[in-house]
Amino acid sequence: MIHARGLTKTFGPVEAVRGIDLDVSPGEIVGFLGPNGAGKTTTLRMLTTLLRPTSGAATVAGADLFADPAAVRRRIGYVAQGGAFAPFSAVGEELVLQARLYGLSGEQARERVTTLLAELDLPGVEERTTVTMSGGQKRRLDIAMGLLHRPELLFLDEPTTGLDPQSRANLWDHVRRLRERDGLTVFLTTHYLEEADALCDRVLIIDHGRIVAAGTPDELKSEHGARTLDDVFLAVTGRELREGAAA
Amino acid sequence: MTALAALTGHYLRVSFGNKFSLVFSALQPFLYLVLFGPLFQRSGVGSWAVLVPGLLVQLGLTSAGMAGFTIVFDQRFGVLERLRVTPVSRVTLLLGRVLRDSVVLLVQAATIIVAGYALGLRAPIAGVLGALLLITVLSVGLASLSYTAALTIRQELFAPVMSTLVVPLMLLSGALLPMSLAPAWLDVVSRLTPFRYAVEGLRALFAGSYTSPALVWGVVVSLAFAVLGVTLGTKRFQRENA
Repeated sequence: MIHARGLTKTFGPVEAVRGIDLDVSPGEIVGFLGPNGAGKTTTLRMLTTLLRPTSGAATVAGADLFADPAAVRRRIGYVAQGGAFAPFSAVGEELVLQARLYGLSGEQARERVTTLLAELDLPGVEERTTVTMSGGQKRRLDIAMGLLHRPELLFLDEPTTGLDPQSRANLWDHVRRLRERDGLTVFLTTHYLEEADALCDRVLIIDHGRIVAAGTPDELKSEHGARTLDDVFLAVTGRELREGAAA
Repeated sequence: MTALAALTGHYLRVSFGNKFSLVFSALQPFLYLVLFGPLFQRSGVGSWAVLVPGLLVQLGLTSAGMAGFTIVFDQRFGVLERLRVTPVSRVTLLLGRVLRDSVVLLVQAATIIVAGYALGLRAPIAGVLGALLLITVLSVGLASLSYTAALTIRQELFAPVMSTLVVPLMLLSGALLPMSLAPAWLDVVSRLTPFRYAVEGLRALFAGSYTSPALVWGVVVSLAFAVLGVTLGTKRFQRENA
């Protein structure tokens, strides 16, 4: 589903991503972990066509990232860290617009929005604005925005950051269900390592723009003689966990 | 095409749902019409048919010229990024907004012209319709450049920089007093701005002189300005894409 080789991104003198290879299979849930500033979001933005890599090659959802970014865009969903809704407009209107940009007719778009909102436990919120919603509801709305066009691959950038434990658990249930029902492939970043351990089939740990560990949570734990992913994370990044988890 | 219609329709619903900004962005030229127009008319410089075309260009600057302000919020709230991750072409993402701004400007311009008629403006209908067309062309360039500026300069600088820039551009266009009164140096500086040609082209239309060189120049410069604006805007919308 994702095959990337030697992806790099430099911003002026800063090498944000220094050569990343990664492979994600269809139907996998892959966690992309790393301290703040390690290059997670930059990598995600490159894989979602929002940022042009400085060098490297990648195929995302079967399309070449450089040669056919429009095909990549048609097949992926992307849920950004900061959300996708302005606080002053009705969410239904925004969702319908987004669906139409993926080629749905007005009627199809409205139907799809109604179904999707119900599936994500947000029935009938079309007329509301995000101002009146809880953090968990807003996050599920963002996910709905990324799923409108039934993508094969969903990118989630820190989907649970700032949510209370119940909302986090609820969000994970939704992600698991999507994978089981639709075979959705999910590539996500998170700072909550126990979550990554419980939910992800595989995790990749990035630090200073390079992948420093990759494998199933169990493989990584046994490889590093660690009890938890937190310990693995500390061992491979050599940093205080607090630094990463604080923001 | 579907995407463009969906975008423009969406933005129009948002704009016409927000009456405050619709009125506010046309308020300055309207105040000039009502509070300065009667003085201008008695000053011997010219009639309403000289002033109103100038106010239309002022309107272009305060309305379409400030359009970029809306994208600042879209950028801050992740709306822009969400649109950029769809397969819609970047020029469509720009034009969806720009067409909205042109329609808004048309409605505002028509209102000012009607108010002008109430105050004593007399101009041929054909000329007025031509003027609405010309101001629409100008608005495409203005709105596109406004978005380009909003995505290029620091977010918090956009409003102060643009609202300050609008004043010299308006004065140099000869919108308030014809540049035929200007000393040579001011006349030269004025000729370096595109809005000078738009104002004079609009005045020719309001005067019914459809074959005057001023109109030809007004049309040529406004078209070139629109092409330049859309080209730069598209470039800016494409940046940072794979």
